[in-house]
Amino acid sequence: MYIIIIGGGRVGYYLTKALLDENHEVLIIEKNAALCNTIKEEMGSICLQGDGCEAATLEEVGTGRADMFVAVTGDDEDNLVACQVAKHKFNVPCTIARIRNPQNEALFKKLGIDVTVSTTDIILEYIEKEVPTHPLTHLLTLSEQDLEIVKVRIPPAATTVNKSVRELPLPKDNKLILVISRDRKPRIPTANTVLREGDQIVALTSLETEQKLRAALTST
Amino acid sequence: MKVVIMGCGRVGAQLAVLLDAGGHTITILDNDAYSFRRLAPTFGGTALFGNGIDAEALKRASIEEADVFVAMTQGDNRNIISAQIAKHIFNVPRVICRIYDPLRQELYDTLGLEAFSPTTIFAHLVQEKIEG
Repeated sequence: MYIIIIGGGRVGYYLTKALLDENHEVLIIEKNAALCNTIKEEMGSICLQGDGCEAATLEEVGTGRADMFVAVTGDDEDNLVACQVAKHKFNVPCTIARIRNPQNEALFKKLGIDVTVSTTDIILEYIEKEVPTHPLTHLLTLSEQDLEIVKVRIPPAATTVNKSVRELPLPKDNKLILVISRDRKPRIPTANTVLREGDQIVALTSLETEQKLRAALTST
Repeated sequence: MKVVIMGCGRVGAQLAVLLDAGGHTITILDNDAYSFRRLAPTFGGTALFGNGIDAEALKRASIEEADVFVAMTQGDNRNIISAQIAKHIFNVPRVICRIYDPLRQELYDTLGLEAFSPTTIFAHLVQEKIEG
């Protein structure tokens, strides 16, 4: 595959190395001349000095025949514009953008960027998994339907302890899928299921209603 | 009209003062508070410190009630991303965006931003002056 990478910083550098090892044809576009030269000295003439957001530069490197376009500079705005130019001017089938501000994910998706990688969100996800006191953990995102599957732990002082599912102020279209009690027995909840302290609940929610679900289950 | 302007440079500041004098409600946003010195003392709108590529900062600038959003920073890409946030996330009815690079301006014009390139406009202007 022909893969174009925008940004020759650490991420771009190691990404290129790995892709070359897998025998892909890779080209990096990097603004900074010194960075560009370092890459060239080490990996050969696979780096072009230039602005990856400029149509003229992208024309020069044959973006029209690229299978994949990956923008990994440190600036969200540069990554967005580079991907949009690749997508709309050169019809690259797959565009991937690195994101720093997690809020930009929705925008990038809306604007047709195929894949977004939010480093902030990834690190946050690991923290949620590693810190046992964290009441809400993301398990899976169903991006096409804008839904997500999360796990919520019922804290000891929660007002929901000893309440039945029927009494919970669940946000619209949120569904409780599974209740795992402290003895690790999983049950499929019904309206009459009573929640206990320490129960783990697997639920279907959305990005917009996630905070309401968390409040409905864990508020004290 | 309620107008949010991002970027308090020479053009942004002047535009803010003109629109304010014309009776519109203006909020101008810049991530360098020192740039607000460019606003004339008569300016009666709101000058807000914040980064216009951040949705939170735009919310603080009351972008949800805005009729028009204008992106006027020095950076083409910054203008492009904030204009698209205004248009696609906050559904601002009118979004105007300055893009120096003529090629990029053409692209975003076709993608539905009201984009203009001072480079092209000024070049044509000077050409007309010379050729009469």
